[in-house]
Amino acid sequence: MIDTLAILAIFSGLFFFFSGSIGLLRLPDLFSRLHALAKADNVGLALVALGVIMLEPDPLNDIKIAVIWLLVMAASAISSHLVARHALREIRDD
Amino acid sequence: MIELLWSIFDITLVLLLLALAWNTCSTRDVMRAVTLFIAMGLLLAIIWARLKAPDLALAEAVIGAGISGALLLSAIRDYPSTAMVSQRSTLIEGIINILTLALTILMSWAVWHGLNMSDGVRLSEQVISQLPVSGVSNPVTAVLLNFRAYDTLLELAVVLTAVLTVLTLNEKRAGYKVSSPLLQGMTRWLVPLLVVTSGYLLWVGAHAPGGAFQAGAMLAAAMILLQLAYPSRRQEFNNYLLKILLVIGIFTFVLVGLWMMSLNDDFLGFTPAWAGSLILIIETAATVSIATALTLAYLGGRPKGWEAGNHTDSKIAENGGAE
Repeated sequence: MIDTLAILAIFSGLFFFFSGSIGLLRLPDLFSRLHALAKADNVGLALVALGVIMLEPDPLNDIKIAVIWLLVMAASAISSHLVARHALREIRDD
Repeated sequence: MIELLWSIFDITLVLLLLALAWNTCSTRDVMRAVTLFIAMGLLLAIIWARLKAPDLALAEAVIGAGISGALLLSAIRDYPSTAMVSQRSTLIEGIINILTLALTILMSWAVWHGLNMSDGVRLSEQVISQLPVSGVSNPVTAVLLNFRAYDTLLELAVVLTAVLTVLTLNEKRAGYKVSSPLLQGMTRWLVPLLVVTSGYLLWVGAHAPGGAFQAGAMLAAAMILLQLAYPSRRQEFNNYLLKILLVIGIFTFVLVGLWMMSLNDDFLGFTPAWAGSLILIIETAATVSIATALTLAYLGGRPKGWEAGNHTDSKIAENGGAE
């Protein structure tokens, strides 16, 4: 039961990564690309992390995976913000 | 089934690595080359992890992708955004290609020969058999800091020489102007976390993947993050302290080596009973020196008042005020 749930979570996470990659390649401008990438990354990683936590019996490792997810989420949110801010300034300067 | 999936995954990784390497070398756009190189470093880290070499994976992720990426980005900062890699003549490019191909074939042959042809004792078996007297239980640390400590000492010397060259060539560059309160907010809680992680990597190196280079690079990453988040903050370095921190790694290493020479008639031949503590002392000093060296390399040159030292510098400032 728990295995099925874990696999389901991991595969739906992969689906988000996949759609994020398509968004990165196909969307027209930087801002919409960032949007697609950051959203897909956060949800995708959250689902994959959830699936791995279900499969991992050691609670210490579970906490580590959760911390990794939090750190990546913070880093991706902040770096998206920085890239978008820089791009916006360049548009304003032109 | 699961083996098949793993081999598909491995083949994908290798093909991706080759594609990234090819693109990194063949692109003419400097910015693109650097970005691809960073991505290649991350991919290489995953591959090392797959090869069950977590020490190398850590080192590659922190140093290869992280710090080298930051150094490269800082190096191409003054280039215009349209900068191109200079075009080489077809002849030179052909010669380089042939030499690289020859080197690749030679190294592939060496690896194949080492794995299949020689029937000598494997080095890893020797390491495992000597591990109990090394003072640590992580075989990688045992090799780096005990059995081949001489190599590591010289590696530290290489890092020091490179940074001294950087310091000789340039003044410290001005910080980036654009910054964001969000970046500062993240830096505030990320830097303490990085410092703790660096200390953990240093300590854990004795019995699990980790060690001075990884810990030092992580500490340098914290310093670089501070530099990026607070570029306008007045950066008064204590230059005496900075110089001491820069050389303390090598100094400690040589000092311990000489001390052991006086006891055991062998430079860096550790007394087994003390080896664990000695390695930890050397690694701690090396971590600090590596972090200082990488941070200074990222800054791209001498901080203010480097040659004069702080006291003379303040005197100059007083004179300037009087005039």
